[in-house]
Amino acid sequence: MVKDQEYLEKKASYCLDLAKKLGATSTSVNVGNSISETVNFRNKKLDESNRSDNLGIDITTFIGKKKSSISSSNLQEDNLNILIEKCIETTKNTPEDEFNSLPDKDLLAQEVKDFNLYDDTHLENDSKAEYLTRLEAAASRDKKIVNTESSFVENKSNFILANSDGFCKGFKSSSFVASSIAVAKDEKSMERDYEYTHKCHLNDIKNAEELGKKAAEHTLRKLSPKKIGSEKITIIFDKRIAKGILSIFASAISASAISRGTSFLKDKINQKIFSDTVNIYDKPDIFKGQGSRSFDSEGVKTDTLKLVEQGVLKNYLIDTYNGRKLNLKSNGRCGGTSNLYFENGKIIYKDLISSNSKCLYITETIGHGSNIVTGDYSVGATGFLIENGEFKHPINEITIAGNFKDMFQNLTLANDLEFEYSTNSPTMMIEGMVVAGK
Amino acid sequence: MSNFFDKSDLNRNEAETVVSDTLKKCDDGELYLENSKSESILLDDNKIKKSSYNSDLGFGFRAVSGEIVAYSHSNEISKNSLKQSSENLKSTLKSAKGNYDYSIPKSNKKYYTNINPIEEKTLNSKIEILNKVNEYLRKKDNNVQQVTANFSGEQKSVEIIRSGGETLTDVRPLVRFNVSVMLEKNGRKESGVYGIGGRQSYDDYLTNDNWKNVCDEAFRIASVNLDSKPAPAGEMKVVLGPGWPAILIHEAIGHGLEGDFNRKKTSAFHNLMGQKVASEGVTIIDDGTLDNRRGSLTIDDEGTPTEKTVLIENGILKNFMQDRLNARLMKTRSTGSGRRENYRHIVLPRMRNTMMLSGKQTQDEMIKTVDRGIFAVSFGGGQVDITSGKFVFNCTEAYEIINGKIGSPIKGATLIGDGPSILKEVSMVGNDMMLDPGIGTCGKAGQGVPVGVAQPSILINKMTVGGTNL
Repeated sequence: MVKDQEYLEKKASYCLDLAKKLGATSTSVNVGNSISETVNFRNKKLDESNRSDNLGIDITTFIGKKKSSISSSNLQEDNLNILIEKCIETTKNTPEDEFNSLPDKDLLAQEVKDFNLYDDTHLENDSKAEYLTRLEAAASRDKKIVNTESSFVENKSNFILANSDGFCKGFKSSSFVASSIAVAKDEKSMERDYEYTHKCHLNDIKNAEELGKKAAEHTLRKLSPKKIGSEKITIIFDKRIAKGILSIFASAISASAISRGTSFLKDKINQKIFSDTVNIYDKPDIFKGQGSRSFDSEGVKTDTLKLVEQGVLKNYLIDTYNGRKLNLKSNGRCGGTSNLYFENGKIIYKDLISSNSKCLYITETIGHGSNIVTGDYSVGATGFLIENGEFKHPINEITIAGNFKDMFQNLTLANDLEFEYSTNSPTMMIEGMVVAGK
Repeated sequence: MSNFFDKSDLNRNEAETVVSDTLKKCDDGELYLENSKSESILLDDNKIKKSSYNSDLGFGFRAVSGEIVAYSHSNEISKNSLKQSSENLKSTLKSAKGNYDYSIPKSNKKYYTNINPIEEKTLNSKIEILNKVNEYLRKKDNNVQQVTANFSGEQKSVEIIRSGGETLTDVRPLVRFNVSVMLEKNGRKESGVYGIGGRQSYDDYLTNDNWKNVCDEAFRIASVNLDSKPAPAGEMKVVLGPGWPAILIHEAIGHGLEGDFNRKKTSAFHNLMGQKVASEGVTIIDDGTLDNRRGSLTIDDEGTPTEKTVLIENGILKNFMQDRLNARLMKTRSTGSGRRENYRHIVLPRMRNTMMLSGKQTQDEMIKTVDRGIFAVSFGGGQVDITSGKFVFNCTEAYEIINGKIGSPIKGATLIGDGPSILKEVSMVGNDMMLDPGIGTCGKAGQGVPVGVAQPSILINKMTVGGTNL
């Protein structure tokens, strides 16, 4: 069983008291416990079981405008004593920073809303194995599938965030994640693809057969890929890649990147950075939403933010420290976004893929080719050639490149948004990118 | 050296008994105990942004039977916790009937000393250097807009208790010093990053004001990029500089030669043992035994002493990198490549210091043969799709080559290639092998481990460059 609120609160208040006694003018503590159990299958047989019990505490102490932090997985009192003493000592020796402080008291969350993020159901490993047996049977039905791997993870966590201004709140959450990977082979190639499902509640995850079947389908259609020539072309990003592009946008509007001047979106507030039809929300109060929460990692209340309205950048993602530097109030985004999504576009998926006589449909990218400072984007990609709305053949060993400033302006969204993960996007089309191949 | 049972209600004998009892019908397994202390001190935006210290303690208990691995880990080293883990392992391996392999090779060699680098240098002297870095770079040029510099250091003590009570220990220091600078000129921003490190104390890397060299190099890379023009797009010849660009070898070849992917036949190399996979003159080794290098280990995380493993010799595939599990299943021996990020993770076969050895040609000779291509000097991260063999990496410093001469710098572009065929496209191997400066971290299955790379300059006949200039 994951540690209860009372245990965590006791640890947190012990640390707050000790830090104060040793000279801290303010302190914040985050203490958490998570337990996860994983079962992995490979080629229809049990491959690995893994039980993981993680305790952890993070303590930040302030002496005036000086700050330092420690973290540990050892919550025994004698260890905490040593560490807090060390933390206070380091704090004293760290130079002042005028922007260091706990969040404004009036911004702290007053209540923890129940978004139904915790499912107490415990699935025994034998039942996980039974799910994976069905999944792998469905994944390996085709003769060309030469390898299957799958995994079922159940996780329960609990935490308390407390600070010396009297904030002391936390909540339990759970997750159930099942994933399926298939490897297929023909004379010319060997390919791999996947499908996964991730939910707070066991009953909401996809059924095993559907998951295995999808992974196999994704893999089989990639066999015998061709390389194509280099040209300027329209690219359609599958939802699973489109949501990654949305995450890059989010990191470029974090107050930290903005205040340091290391974002291509610096000084773009109230300017049009996307086409008119684009709206982006960050909504923390979605029932069972994986990113749902009442407060951020500093305790600041988190409300819905409209980040982009009709193409215009309306808000940054602000934490206390960087907010102070920018002379802006925290909007509860320390640690990032909650449930981030593009609002649906106007065009249906089928019309989107046939809107150009020739385009590329990208299902996977590799490499770390996003530069937030310059906005340059260049990654390796795998996908399909589409001609007149028809999938022609798989393609690989190409790169796609552009600059986000242009890509955002040339972006069109389909109307097929689904709330599967904490960041979600409809299918996305970007015109005028460059593909490099032969 | 850590005493893991000091403050526990569990003593060593009791722990050994639980280990032997749990593993008696298993083929392999161990109790892995780990105590790590780490620090990070960061200067950013003219201020000390972060000074943090972490202490992490825990155990991971592993039982292996046939191909099945059961694993359980916890932060609490106690009777109760170990018993719970033992029961968890037994319930997974209900029908285990293996033969425990007691043999584990021995060696007295050590590739680094038992220091705690965090304690070897005072906080104040670390802060002083970070402030000097900031001042030095901002004075150096008016275009400097942002400076980030940090120290990160760690001491990790591990103890491995095997069935029968055999115990293996290691204490591993690791440090890194990193500088990143952003320049802005005429509205254009570019950044440059450089770092150094390894398994010694910070001051071993900072003698003679060496931090200045790190600053100068980060500044030089950023300056070059300020004048860069869009990279070309398409297939062309690529000359790679020596040292850090060997992450190409790491991504394109290294991962595909790890034992697990080959046992599972998901690597494009799984059926190529003994065959020609690279041009003549190409020899690649993976070496855990280089003194004080970032990727070096005295013993791996299963207790096997590390070694110098020849992967490809003069173009022929000779060995895969193995941990004990994959070695047993593939009927070979462990190469001391079993590694884990920490006690929370299972062991996987991983790279250590992966190196392509020197050939005979000079870099000039390579450049002269190129009519249209690029010269890549430094890279950011790379990634590989093991199954299709396709890999990428991102240039952070590169130049065009036109008619045998190095031309303008070009913007960061991704290069993409095919792992199994890329080494056959190597047509010249330089005489200038160089080790990287000690900054690499390799990710696999969600686990990051420190690694090193090395190579001479090489000429690759054909790679796809992912620029925007058609």
